[in-house]
Amino acid sequence: MTDIGIVGYGCYIPRLRIRVEEIARIWGADGKNIKNSLGVEEKSVPDIDEDTVTIAVEASKNALKRARINPRNIEAVFIGSESHPYVVNPSGTIVAEAIGVSNNLFCADLEFACKAGTAGMQICYAMVKAGMIKYGLAIGSDTAQGRPGDALEYTAAAGGAAFIIGNNPLAIIEDTLSFATDTPDFFRREGEPYPKHAGRFTGEPAYFRHVVTATTNFLKKTGLKQDDFDYIVFHMPNGKFPLKAAKKLGFPPEKIKQSLVVKKIGNTYSGSSLLGLSNVLDVAKPNERILLTSYGSGAGSDCFSFLVTDAIEERRCSAPRTREYIENKEYVDYGLYVKLKGKLKL
Amino acid sequence: MPNKSSIPLSWRLNKSIYRLVGNKCKRCGTFFFPSRDICPKCRRKGDIEEVVFSGEGEVYSYTMINVAPKGFEQQTPYLIGIIKLKEGPLITGQIVRPNNNIEIGKKVYAVFRKLTEDSKSGIIKYGFKFKIKD
Amino acid sequence: MKHVAVIGVGQTKFGELWERSLRSISLEAGIRAIEDAGIEGREIQALYIGNMSGMFTGQEHLSALAADMSGLNPIPTVRCEVACASAAAAFRQAYLSLLSGQYDIIMAAGAEKMTDLMGSGVLTTLMGAGDQEWEGSFGVTFAGLYALMARRHMHEYGTTQEQMALVSVNNHKNAVNNEYAQFRFPISVDDVLNSPIIASPLHLLDCSPITDGAAAVIMATEDAVKKLKIENPVWILGSGQASGQLALHDRESLTKIDSTIVAAKQAYEQSNLKPDDINYAEVHDCFSINEILAIEDLGFCKKGEGGKFVEDDKINTEIKINSTGGLKAIGHPVGATGIRQIIDIVRNIRDRGGIGLAQNIGGSGATCVVNILGDNYAK
Repeated sequence: MTDIGIVGYGCYIPRLRIRVEEIARIWGADGKNIKNSLGVEEKSVPDIDEDTVTIAVEASKNALKRARINPRNIEAVFIGSESHPYVVNPSGTIVAEAIGVSNNLFCADLEFACKAGTAGMQICYAMVKAGMIKYGLAIGSDTAQGRPGDALEYTAAAGGAAFIIGNNPLAIIEDTLSFATDTPDFFRREGEPYPKHAGRFTGEPAYFRHVVTATTNFLKKTGLKQDDFDYIVFHMPNGKFPLKAAKKLGFPPEKIKQSLVVKKIGNTYSGSSLLGLSNVLDVAKPNERILLTSYGSGAGSDCFSFLVTDAIEERRCSAPRTREYIENKEYVDYGLYVKLKGKLKL
Repeated sequence: MPNKSSIPLSWRLNKSIYRLVGNKCKRCGTFFFPSRDICPKCRRKGDIEEVVFSGEGEVYSYTMINVAPKGFEQQTPYLIGIIKLKEGPLITGQIVRPNNNIEIGKKVYAVFRKLTEDSKSGIIKYGFKFKIKD
Repeated sequence: MKHVAVIGVGQTKFGELWERSLRSISLEAGIRAIEDAGIEGREIQALYIGNMSGMFTGQEHLSALAADMSGLNPIPTVRCEVACASAAAAFRQAYLSLLSGQYDIIMAAGAEKMTDLMGSGVLTTLMGAGDQEWEGSFGVTFAGLYALMARRHMHEYGTTQEQMALVSVNNHKNAVNNEYAQFRFPISVDDVLNSPIIASPLHLLDCSPITDGAAAVIMATEDAVKKLKIENPVWILGSGQASGQLALHDRESLTKIDSTIVAAKQAYEQSNLKPDDINYAEVHDCFSINEILAIEDLGFCKKGEGGKFVEDDKINTEIKINSTGGLKAIGHPVGATGIRQIIDIVRNIRDRGGIGLAQNIGGSGATCVVNILGDNYAK
């Protein structure tokens, strides 16, 4: 049995940023306090011409550069997002056309709050394993919504990462497991512009229960121990939750540090844990092992173990690293932010 | 109105406008973007083949548009450039928010962006824009 | 060789004619031309009318409407469209029809009612003259296209924004005494450079305005001129028309307009005249840079020296360019401008004799019509 895993990965984060203090200024809130309590300093902002599809395309182009395969050999595209530009027709076909994949295509958009991207990865993995496709493209991409004035506004950000799944990987998918229950901690109804959340209910019974249970069950299933992992990646709704989850699960904080991109870009929803993974793959060495547990409200977690291969060294140089996108930035004030987000009525 | 609501029109252009697919005349070696059905030099003797352009090029001319036509009002102001592609042809396109001063001769590469949308309930048009190399 | 003359001219005031409709301005221009020629309407055998776009008013088929309103039915009519050069093309079609021997007296006209369309719709409609798929779809405007040419001209030849501003300054100065002009007040270089930027480097006062207006001429063959005992015919000495690439990016250069060069060559050759022989030129200054391009492409100076030519005031001393105000100050009802230019040349020649040239551009230069007129074809 040949190894199946990540053949190429790529990310994209819009260049614009808004500081937490700038948002706080508008609402008369204490910016320093919010910054500290969220563990988030600033968040990425999509330009007026960026959305889930454009982010997905740019991330996929980077993934293709690393995978070094003919895009015609990609036979499945799954995009997970909470902000698909269309409600009925898919983002996936636009992305597929934009990067030139096969028209013999398995394609559907996925939605499971912030974990739909990792769900796409599981589907691609299963389809490659079943011999249905040669390569599959799984993307988590979002231009996250948060109601102006709501706590979410400080963190709801834009970004995404794309993963080409197939043989001859740079990181082998060793195993994957999911855990899901009916827990409506965060939701957005059809036609509504902003999601609602259940405040502190999003913590213990939602995020922590699912991340911890999925990870615990996964370790039990695979027989892997905390020590077997060099890096861990959790979904990052803020800077605090993933650290707390790591502690609950008995992982030392240094193993999660590399994945914590949230502090500088905010919560990119479906892109969040995958951007963490992308940032880890940027530095991981061959034979290192990565644990990833995503979280999506509603609620569920997908857990993966990746074993990095020798192929990582040469392939990761072929596209910009996550850090480059994080560091290449330009700040906007709240006025421009409002315009770029299309909140002005013209 | 012209560039409004023609779904077949934008659909026909998808491939070329998403991925910079043009063509070239194998007989005289001239590259075309947008693609041409016949080579204007070789006419019916020409031999046309599809080419995916690299998207790399340099600024040939540019203007900042402050007064926009329908569908572009919200983007104002925005930069329009004529770009000389590495392969030869000049093409028109938007230049995304520049991170340094724009000048003729600056190197650019193609990025994928939203071009315009008919309305909040209408079709969204995507395609290439250019970005100044850092 | 047969000869054709303009025997009557008429136009409306150019400007924001809020109370006037497309049909009423078309009618007024036609009646004035007929009165000026001193003929009867029933003597007109055909009508060619320039009109750029039905999208300004929703009205297509203007030629039939104009004939109907002016009681000219059932003569044949054709609406001519080559964007902003529509009226000059109507003039040239009338000229060729008269040369064919089919007709003796024809009316050529142009009309545009632009102010019925509000806001950005005007820009979108005008952009219909560019490449919709590969220019318009990216948000390019007509000011943008000429700005791209201006930027390149500045880059290649060191042309300055001040030189471009001087084009507008001169045209405003010339329009002060033009009773038909939209803007009859002088402006300064500072006024131009301090006006809002429309598409950099072009400022508001580098751009011709949005205008309503109509213009008409009566044209007749030499036999008809004699029969009608016309005392002041102005003869068509040469006429040329050429096309070029629709989109700017398909051209080998952004600093010359090939269609002008070719159309001018045809007109010069037919008339056996050189640029030096021209006394008055009405050129297509839809944007200030385009007057500089026209001066160069029509051969009044070398390529690249148009800015200097303006700066040195040779547009008044060596040759009178846009001596009635140009598109900038008279106004630019796109489908009427070409006939308005002919009328101003005719008026100049009637008053002072000599030779005049009119250059009318369509779009960003994909069409150009050049006509040369004079008081005497035998010179």
